[in-house]
Order: sequence, then C-alpha cells, then structure tokens
Amino acid sequence: MNSLFSADGLTGLVFLGTIATTVVGAIIATNSVRLIRAVVGLAICFIGVAALYYFLNSPFVALMEMLIYVGAVCVTIAFAIMLAEPHPEKQVGKNNALAGVASLSVGAMLFWGLTVLARNTNWKAAVSVANDGSMREVGKSLLTTYSMVFELISVVLLVAIIGALVLARQGREKA
Amino acid sequence: MNLLNISNNLETYLIIGAFLFGMGFYGLLQRRTLIGMLIAAELILSGASINFMAFNRFLAPDPTVGQIFTLFIMAIAAAEASIALSIVIAVYRNYRSIDTEDIVELKG
Repeated sequence: MNSLFSADGLTGLVFLGTIATTVVGAIIATNSVRLIRAVVGLAICFIGVAALYYFLNSPFVALMEMLIYVGAVCVTIAFAIMLAEPHPEKQVGKNNALAGVASLSVGAMLFWGLTVLARNTNWKAAVSVANDGSMREVGKSLLTTYSMVFELISVVLLVAIIGALVLARQGREKA
Repeated sequence: MNLLNISNNLETYLIIGAFLFGMGFYGLLQRRTLIGMLIAAELILSGASINFMAFNRFLAPDPTVGQIFTLFIMAIAAAEASIALSIVIAVYRNYRSIDTEDIVELKG
C-alpha cells in the first residue's frame, strides 16, 4: 500500500485520469447529437489512448497515435463534416427508441462478455523476452523481418490516396 | 487490489479495450449518419489496437511485434478513413444527405 503522494501514487492518479479521458471521449463520440462534437470526442478519446500507449512502454506508438489519429484522421473527418453537414433539425428525435435500447444492450453485452473472458483467463507470460521493445528494435524489425509488409502498406496507402481522389472528383460537374 | 496500481496490470487494458469495442459497436448500430458510423468504426479499431499493445507489453516474447501490428492498424485505419470519407462526399453530392435512411434508391 503506497501513499498517494509518492511517485507510484502520482503515476496511478495520472493513469486514472487517462482512463477517464478515454471513457469520456468515447461516450461523447458515440452520443453527441452534432457530428462535429462527436469528432472532438473522438480526438479526446485518442489522446487518452495515446497516453495508455505511453503507459505500455512504447512512446513511439503513442507519438504516432497523436500524429496520425488526432492530427490527421480527426481533422479529415472534420473537413468532411464541413463539406457534408446534415441538417441538425432532421436528426433530433427521429431515432427509434427501441433501436437505441437494442444497440446499447448489444454493446453492453459485448463489453461484459469480453471483460469476463479477460478476467477469467489464466494469461501466461513469456518465458524469455527477446529485446526491450525500444524504438531502435521496432525500427530494426520493421526494416528486416517486416520489410515486405512495410512496402505493401505503403502501396495500400498510395492506392487509397488515388482512389479517394478519383471517388471525390467524380460527378463534380453536377454540383 | 490497490486502485493506484492498476496501470501495471494486463486486465485493466483489456477491459478498456473491451469498453472501446463495445462503445464502437453501440455507436455503429445507433448512429444514423455515415460519418457517425465511421467515427464508431474508428473506436472499434482503437479498442483492438489497445488489446494488441497490452498483450505486447505483458505476454509477448518479442515486444516489437505488437507495436508494429498497431502501426499497421493505424495505416489501414488512415486508408479506410480517406476512402470512406470520399465515398461520403460522393454520396452527399448525389443525394444532398448523409443520412442512412435517405440512400434507398435500390430499395424495392
């Protein structure tokens, strides 16, 4: 039992704040009526997830999470909302109450089942650990063991960029 | 278990990942706009990423594998978001709406 004001206690407090950030962000992202608020909730949730990655000993992935998700994906979704914002009065109260309850129960059942599974499984740690998982080791195996996948991912991203341009340009004269 | 020591425990991260997955699934079913569904799908993907990172930290014999897999999930999610948003823009141009109830041209 450590005290609240030791180094471990402060770390625990920061971790609780991280969990709260993630949970509140996810709730805002799924429940707010206006879509632009949902995007802000998504960004808050991703900031919490990046802090979780930092707690999991990988500052590199935490940095990438901030850069890609908060910096790129959320901003792209915000631009799409500005281009295609639905009428706010149209979506208020139109949702079927039964559908809301049903989807909430489906989500709650998934959460409950996964939680029970995680708590009741006897997880076995690895006998020996090959390296320390630092950024240097990640870079090494990204360019040796996983170099093929790395190249394939870059091809996928290139095709996605071209496909997005083609899809968004089509029918532009009509508008 | 002390509440301040939960950051060093595998189950904490698995439960957070399960929460994000459940919230994402709830949002995917409950949202009635295409962009709202895309936001919920991003939540599902980040729940999966948290699970990968937690197993990578606590159980994996080689602690770079989970990090690299998470980076690949991020790349796939970025590609998915860009394609899905351009489809949303194209749908909005044709229907003047991103409501899933309005896109019913093929309905019999």
